Amino acid sequence: MVKRSIIEEKFMKLFMYASIALVVFFVASVVLSVFKRGIPLLSWEMVSSLPGGGFYMGGGGGFLNAIVGSFYIVGGATVMGLIISIPVVFFLNVYLKANSRFGSIARLAYDVLFGIPSIVYGAFGFTIMIYFGLRASLLGGTIVVTLLIIPIFIRSMDEVAKTIPSELLEASYSLGATRLETISIVIRQIAPAIATATLLSIGRAIGDAAGVLFTAGFSDRIPTSLTQQTATLPLSVYFQLQSPSLEVQDRAYAAAVVLTLIVLVLSISGRIIMNRFSRNKIQ
Amino acid sequence: MSKLFPHSLTKGKEPFFVDHKFPHPENLRLSTHALSVYIGGNQILKFVNAEIPQNKITCIIGPSGCGKTTLLRTFNRLVDTIEGVKLEGVVMLGEQNIVTASASELTEIRRVIGLVPQRPCPLPMSIYDNIAYGCRIHGISGRKKLDAVVEYYLRAVGLWDEVKDRLHSPAGKLSGGQQQRLCLARSLAIEPSYLLADESTSALDPISSRTIEELFVKLKKDYSIVMVTHTLRQAKRIADHVIFMYMGEVIEEGDAQQVFNNPKHELTRKYLEGSFS
Repeated sequence: MVKRSIIEEKFMKLFMYASIALVVFFVASVVLSVFKRGIPLLSWEMVSSLPGGGFYMGGGGGFLNAIVGSFYIVGGATVMGLIISIPVVFFLNVYLKANSRFGSIARLAYDVLFGIPSIVYGAFGFTIMIYFGLRASLLGGTIVVTLLIIPIFIRSMDEVAKTIPSELLEASYSLGATRLETISIVIRQIAPAIATATLLSIGRAIGDAAGVLFTAGFSDRIPTSLTQQTATLPLSVYFQLQSPSLEVQDRAYAAAVVLTLIVLVLSISGRIIMNRFSRNKIQ
Repeated sequence: MSKLFPHSLTKGKEPFFVDHKFPHPENLRLSTHALSVYIGGNQILKFVNAEIPQNKITCIIGPSGCGKTTLLRTFNRLVDTIEGVKLEGVVMLGEQNIVTASASELTEIRRVIGLVPQRPCPLPMSIYDNIAYGCRIHGISGRKKLDAVVEYYLRAVGLWDEVKDRLHSPAGKLSGGQQQRLCLARSLAIEPSYLLADESTSALDPISSRTIEELFVKLKKDYSIVMVTHTLRQAKRIADHVIFMYMGEVIEEGDAQQVFNNPKHELTRKYLEGSFS
């Protein structure tokens, strides 16, 4: 007779395999369906030129405006997000003592921020911009996307920073280092998490349409100043999909392919950088 | 010049720390007077009076929860990291009261009173940078100088021959015993007068822990070592001076031979006999 625990294990193993297969299937089918419709229309002209006259009705040109606009917004937001969130993580984990009440309130706050949908950020940003008499612009979009990704940054770095053994910080203090000087230890220890957080944030930021819908606007040109409107890839996909023309709809898929490829390349290079950073990490 | 630099370990070498706050480390007496420590309203240490003799190994022994570690961590004020901690009384290091030390005095106190942690805990950097870290913090820079410090203290703990070809590889790759010797070298590199050891051999295999013990015995010529230990056998092997604590109080303090062979206090005798632990 086969033991019950063996049967249970076999069943659970089967269940795990099935779940993994399902996940892989989803990823593969999304990528495949996007690539199948998008690749045939993807040409050098598409990614290297601005929309021509009547582009959204089937005219010539490409969506370089959206690619460059997305990079502007994501680049700016990532840099600003890192600058704001690293001090937060550092304060929560080095300056505050364990079980601090202030710390748990702060952590609850970013958990709430984490769950807020991006359209709310967009609406919030829009309200603020109206209050200050600003119009949709590259700056507005960048600020809203920064707000959007700060909780992602803080959370993914904080989760790792929380696991830094207290002995490690104490080792630094016991050598006469101040808490501020200990930042070099914290940064080294959470370096892989910073890389992961950056990747997650870029992925979220570059794919987000709702946050930039009101705040960055849309433009067929590449912005030359912070106050100009700018196009983004997700909105470019959105507008082209709305077109009645099938050809333009297929172009939306081409833009989606570019978006997916960017995320893919970033993820892979991020992993490589991450491995390099974690060589000194203490387990 | 040699007065400023008391360690025979570095004799004949140029001293690295000539311009610090405690110019005559050999006159730095470490003692506590009516020291009380409260954590969240609980009194962990009760009016502790203790004196750490110089150039000796002092073992703090006592049952779990008696406040050994708290006392040790008061000497370099690492107790500050605990939420809701309050100190009363006096801990003197030379002329300096550790209890009331300011943040900047604290960095200097921690330079003079080094720590060897319980578990080996290398910093997340290369072997070389682990040793150089403390020196850089205290303003020692320059490749040549640091090279000399790193080699010197790695030799002092017998690690040089094992790691000289991979100084720039991560310290986390070393074995547990090697990591602990690295931590010792790291503490020595900023030239302290005291070394605090919080059960520094408890996480090591017998051979590595014997190596650390032997190093301590060798080092007491130049350093005063304060060690918390749970193993009475270890205390009997290496202690010169013993502090027995129970429930936050110092019950008995004295020469190791006397305390182990002829304890004055009933509680000490019972503890040494193994009636409780």
